[in-house]
Amino acid sequence: MNARWLRLTALLSIPMLWLVVLYLGSIAVLLVSAFWSLDGFTGRVVQVYTLGNLQQLFVDPLYGTVALRTIGVALAVTVIDAVIAIPIALFMSKVAQPVARTALVVAVTTPLWASYLVKAYAWRVLLAPNGPVAWMTGGHSPGYGLAATIITLSFLWLPYMIIPVFAGFDRVPDSLFEASFDLGAGAWRTLRSVVLPLVFPAVAAGSIFTFSLTLGDYIAVGIVGGKTQLMANVIYGQLVTANDQPMAAALSLIPLAAIILYLLAMRRTGALENV
Amino acid sequence: MRKITTRWGLAAAAVVAATVLLAGCSTATTTGGTTQAVPKVPMLKKLGAGEGQLNLIAWAGYAEDGTNDKTVDWVHPFEQQTGCQVHTTIGNTSDEMVQLMRSGQYDGVSASGDATLRLVYGGDVAPVNTSLVPNYATISDFLKKKSWNSVGGQMYGIPHGWGANLLMYNPSVVSPAPTSWSAVFDKSGPYAGKVTAYDSPIYIADAALYLMKTQPSLGIKDPYALTSKQLAAAVTLLKAQSKNVGEYWSDYTKEVQAFESGTTVIGTTWQVIANLVQSDAKVKVDTVLPSEGATGWSDTWMVSAKAKHPNCMYEWMNWITSPKVNAQVAEWFGEAPAQTLACDQTSDKNFCTTYHALDASYAAQIHYWTTPQKDCVDGSGKSDCTTYTQWVNAWQQIKG
Repeated sequence: MNARWLRLTALLSIPMLWLVVLYLGSIAVLLVSAFWSLDGFTGRVVQVYTLGNLQQLFVDPLYGTVALRTIGVALAVTVIDAVIAIPIALFMSKVAQPVARTALVVAVTTPLWASYLVKAYAWRVLLAPNGPVAWMTGGHSPGYGLAATIITLSFLWLPYMIIPVFAGFDRVPDSLFEASFDLGAGAWRTLRSVVLPLVFPAVAAGSIFTFSLTLGDYIAVGIVGGKTQLMANVIYGQLVTANDQPMAAALSLIPLAAIILYLLAMRRTGALENV
Repeated sequence: MRKITTRWGLAAAAVVAATVLLAGCSTATTTGGTTQAVPKVPMLKKLGAGEGQLNLIAWAGYAEDGTNDKTVDWVHPFEQQTGCQVHTTIGNTSDEMVQLMRSGQYDGVSASGDATLRLVYGGDVAPVNTSLVPNYATISDFLKKKSWNSVGGQMYGIPHGWGANLLMYNPSVVSPAPTSWSAVFDKSGPYAGKVTAYDSPIYIADAALYLMKTQPSLGIKDPYALTSKQLAAAVTLLKAQSKNVGEYWSDYTKEVQAFESGTTVIGTTWQVIANLVQSDAKVKVDTVLPSEGATGWSDTWMVSAKAKHPNCMYEWMNWITSPKVNAQVAEWFGEAPAQTLACDQTSDKNFCTTYHALDASYAAQIHYWTTPQKDCVDGSGKSDCTTYTQWVNAWQQIKG
């Protein structure tokens, strides 16, 4: 009994240390520093309790606007990725031959090998006013801005959606498709009533990646977003430009709250139980 | 479901517990108050042997090791001569540099005037013993013991070079050639969507300088000493400009790329960026110093208070201000060298004349980047000015 405990402790101590001390600890530091303030001249943090920063979040209309814009972008990216990922994952899992399937899995994950910056700058070139997209569409490139940001982020996070959805489809037995067809349902009905409910948890799992990664992004928007700023840019601005860590911490509470609400919403759908 | 709830509850409890714990610690170490005394940081008394390493934060173009242009390299000769291996981190903005310096992982920085005092008062840099830097003796007198590089007569760095922020434009699109900053403010309409501006709160000073010359009724005396009302006027001007701005730049490669791809045709720049665009030869650009004058920079090499390789840093400060190297840097970057003897070493014999390197009265006309403070920096003795924090918030409002 004792030896078992010892083994278990030895096995779990490092992950627990990481989780509690480093991860939860850093979030705690964040929460605490949101209640501090800044010495305007030297830029040193003054460790005196104040609600000023949190108040500022509600008083200043800028933060509300940017927060809504950011959540809108995150939702748009999530929806676009889901719409693209579902047919691709269905094809990979149920239609493609084993060789083609392996090739597709490799193809989907290959972009993850390339540097984030390279991919973002590639989109900058693609979306340039005189770039390839403009040339192919006869001058209808969206240019740099919000649309370009959504396109680029959708591309960047697509593998994180496809892989869970692919795994989700893989877990749906082929016999369910056959049973549905035998009972007279068409392809569309089978997809809607049998397959989608079964893969929904996988889509939800993927959406957590796409949603949260988008909320935290500030580099892609800097490269293709024109003058658009998202929540993370404002946080970066407060942290690096203003060197105002307390305000940055207070602002970080917005995406933190958004993520927690999103996870709770996902849990209500029951999606998290089968992941 | 049940298990998940418990787990979340535990996590929340852990966060709360840690918060309380930290809050407890913090009250014990509260310093409070806002004093503007300079923290005491010891100065190097005697030069020792080099430590073999040197970690620098520099503006792009200040520590070239031949990667951008094979012929432009003053880092390798330094390494050979002193044995100090140089690791350079490019700082894109002064704010980034201040942030990097606060990490304590660097030995020194090429700081502009909007960063220097923040570093000094933050206790992040050490006073510099100028007697250990022989080349300091022949640096232009009008750069010594200035408000942005010294406190109470004690130098906090070695002057490196100075210059003005210029207006860059693509002459095939922008014609006639602009002579006023109005081309990027009130009269930027024709280039809507293709105007650029520097993405930093300090750019507010450019708008303030323009207003200082065009709207005297506002009573702006110094673009870095703005009352709330004057700041609001500058913000209004910049918000109007923002409608015509396609992109802001803070990363110099982004401006190079934006001009080369044609997405930007006019905007504020540094000479080094214009040089890079010209040397790529994809598009032609011209620069002009507009009639209103310009904001500018005067850069100083400073030693970190936590430098792990202070001797190498002193070697570097002496190296970079030596006549030949200072001339090389100045010509590559496109600025006036701080070293007077550098003027004999430039490849273009008229270089120092072009950049007014030895002209103290010209240097006095540039409005050097300075950290805005509550105590107005215009020397009026008033203290109703807006602080840098207010500028940062204003800048975020402008971008929307």
